[in-house]
Amino acid sequence: MTIEKLELFEVFVRPKRGLDHKHVGSLHAEGREQALEYARDVYTRRTEGISIWVVKSQDISASQEDDNECFFDPSDDKPYRHATYYPLPKEITTM
Amino acid sequence: MTQSTQNTVDSKQDLMNYVVRLGDDSIVLGHRISEWVSEGPFLEEDIALGNVALDYIGRARMFYGYAATLSGDEKTEDDFAFLRDEREFENYLINELPRGDFAYTITRQLLVDLYNKYYLQALTQSTDPTLVAIAQKAVKETTYHCRRSKSWTLRLGDGTEESKRRMQLAIDDIWGYSHELFESDLLEQRLIDAGIAVNCADLKQPWLADVEAIFQQAGLNVPETTWAVRGGRKGYHSEHLGHLLTQMQFVYRSFPGAKW
Repeated sequence: MTIEKLELFEVFVRPKRGLDHKHVGSLHAEGREQALEYARDVYTRRTEGISIWVVKSQDISASQEDDNECFFDPSDDKPYRHATYYPLPKEITTM
Repeated sequence: MTQSTQNTVDSKQDLMNYVVRLGDDSIVLGHRISEWVSEGPFLEEDIALGNVALDYIGRARMFYGYAATLSGDEKTEDDFAFLRDEREFENYLINELPRGDFAYTITRQLLVDLYNKYYLQALTQSTDPTLVAIAQKAVKETTYHCRRSKSWTLRLGDGTEESKRRMQLAIDDIWGYSHELFESDLLEQRLIDAGIAVNCADLKQPWLADVEAIFQQAGLNVPETTWAVRGGRKGYHSEHLGHLLTQMQFVYRSFPGAKW
């Protein structure tokens, strides 16, 4: 078997109940099921997780470096989108 | 010494010998699989094989640790693993066969993993609580090993002409070593009567049914040959075990008592 024939998968692991699945890395495998097994073998050897997702890398649509200017810059001057922008009324002591 | 004390001593000796055998099976196979580390077909499989090797070596440690307790002297698990010679090892021969090519490794794993699945399930019913505890831990690992070896067998058997040819070659080579897995000697018979040991003859039927079903699905054949090689439980080994032990025991024997 050659590595060129394998597909690339992204691996997400949920570290514990109540937390979200987090991207931990990628791996090569022949299919979803094998990818899941390899994710177990490669990324949860030190009991890092209680649940695993694998997704074909090609199924992920990713923003590109070129997109950054139009994607992210416009939000730089909109501080009112942050909760901290608004002064709290004196009556509120805990938030 | 009274009759009953003598019996207790004998049965304790029997139990220790039995536990050491189980440790021998695990460490020899674990070492064999570890030979793949850094030589796996690709990175992910390399790590996966390393994990399986560690499962087996960890299992050997549990059995040898228990044997050390039973021995009642200053022995440790290391004495069992590193200071015994070839004739004192009583592992089944299938475990010491060379790692061969990947098809050979997978075939051996399939046969042994499925065997261990039934063996460990039966061992959880032992009257010996320590063996039960070890079996309960190990059976989970083995369930995963079976999943791996089954899916690889299907993939390679039902893969290319080359992979199918290699799988069938491996099956034909290894099959004759599977028979002794289902034969117990007098020592084990005494422990079976006491409810401690697994009666491995009982495992043959479900094991064979599993193997046949997987081979059929993979387009592989169960050999019709009847040749069999036996002797592991008597300490009679193939030429391969000596070389394995040399490699495995070399450091420990060269630097006695060395610590990390």
